[in-house]
Amino acid sequence: MTEQPMVRFDNVSKRYGSLTVLDGLNLEIARGEKVSIIGPSGSGKTTVLRMLMTLETINDGVIWVEGEPLTHMRQNGKLVPANLAHIRRIRAKIGMVFQSFNLFPHMTAMANCIEAPITVLGMKRADAEARAAELLDMVGLSQKKDHYPSQLSGGQQQRVAIARALAMRPKIMLFDEVTSALDPELVGEVLQVIRQIGREHDLTMLMVTHQMGFAKEFSDRVCFFYQGKICEQGPPGELFGAPKNERTRQFLHAVLEAG
Amino acid sequence: MGIRTLVAMLVASLAVIAVLATQAAYRLFLPGLLQGAVLTIEIAVLGSLLAIVMGVLAALARMYGPAPLRWLATVYVEIFRGTSALVQLFWLFFVLPQFGVTLDAFLVAVLALGLNVGAYGSECVRGAIQSVARGQWEAGTALNMSRAQMLRRIILPQAFIAMIPPWGNLFIELLKSTALVSLITLSDLAFKAQQMNQNTFKTVPIFTLVLLMYLAMSLVISIGMRLLERRASLGLARGRAA
Repeated sequence: MTEQPMVRFDNVSKRYGSLTVLDGLNLEIARGEKVSIIGPSGSGKTTVLRMLMTLETINDGVIWVEGEPLTHMRQNGKLVPANLAHIRRIRAKIGMVFQSFNLFPHMTAMANCIEAPITVLGMKRADAEARAAELLDMVGLSQKKDHYPSQLSGGQQQRVAIARALAMRPKIMLFDEVTSALDPELVGEVLQVIRQIGREHDLTMLMVTHQMGFAKEFSDRVCFFYQGKICEQGPPGELFGAPKNERTRQFLHAVLEAG
Repeated sequence: MGIRTLVAMLVASLAVIAVLATQAAYRLFLPGLLQGAVLTIEIAVLGSLLAIVMGVLAALARMYGPAPLRWLATVYVEIFRGTSALVQLFWLFFVLPQFGVTLDAFLVAVLALGLNVGAYGSECVRGAIQSVARGQWEAGTALNMSRAQMLRRIILPQAFIAMIPPWGNLFIELLKSTALVSLITLSDLAFKAQQMNQNTFKTVPIFTLVLLMYLAMSLVISIGMRLLERRASLGLARGRAA
């Protein structure tokens, strides 16, 4: 028997009114796999992450996490839309880092990292702080633990946000254009941290990115989205080196041209 | 306007009262007016506390409550915001007894003013909660927090800062509305002033002192709210100072 995929999108569609953002998406991500999603804006790539984080509802299909339905639950042998308790149980396996950081501005870096472990996981404060200190150290910010987000640079804030997400011990990490809001000189420090957690943590990672170089170097697989569908996917060497699809070629050409 | 200006105004108004009190024509009325002022303050403070409780509860009920609670909160807000405080006072004090419920005048004063201002306050609370960036809710969701946990730990602490200035307005409104309670037999500052004026016709000293006293009380509220605002936004503002 083959191992359950970590995440499986099973014919998932998302519509806003008459606009179809995702059209019958089928996507499987294996345990520990690092997958990058690229594509033009409006292609639905961020929606994939937001649906998996349950920030968006879906209109059709089922999302599975480790063989269990996330968007649905079993009732009398049938799948029915999940209630909040079920969603929270499955959602505990997923963490997310946002383009705009979304740190809690009224809390220090340390407080940001221990908030959910204490209130959601019921951890003891001392344990949560020890764990958070480790993570802040890992992202290179142990000196800044008592700083408020407004006292940190964008790159530092994003690294705190990564530590905050990891503090919940997710199995799956979602990165939504996490360097897009950063000044160019701060992009490197954040990518460095992502590289490191990719190596040191046993995580399945799914990222939407415009950093083609990073996607190429870091991912096991790259998916090119176009108009709500996966247009082409494959190992980064193939997709970047010899794209088969005309749309992919055009997109990569335009992106690489721009620089 | 900075806190210093407000404090200077407060000191000045108290100083003027003190100077006026050196003259017999003014001193004569001071004890009676102060007595009234104490009642005014009691009603204002208790009414404000009730207003805060009602404002927060009504806002949360309207935004997140189950349907019946939502309707109840909407009915409450529309009734108490849509009719005048004077009518509410009269209704509770003179009409309710016709249905067999007689309430103490002081209790009616606190209830009517607190409920009235609370109805306005609920809109401030709602606006402040909605002003918190959507990304804060999303971050809470990504950390698997429940909605109640997000509200309590993430959203309300941030909304609190946005609520302070409008609530300052409401508290001052409430303070001034306490003058209405003189019409339901309570001897507040305004009642004392009218009573003394009718007995002595010394309009100038009486209403000069009353004006200064109301001003001093509302300045205390303004200063208090400024301090609260400064304190509450400490964490958020620190980075800008650094």
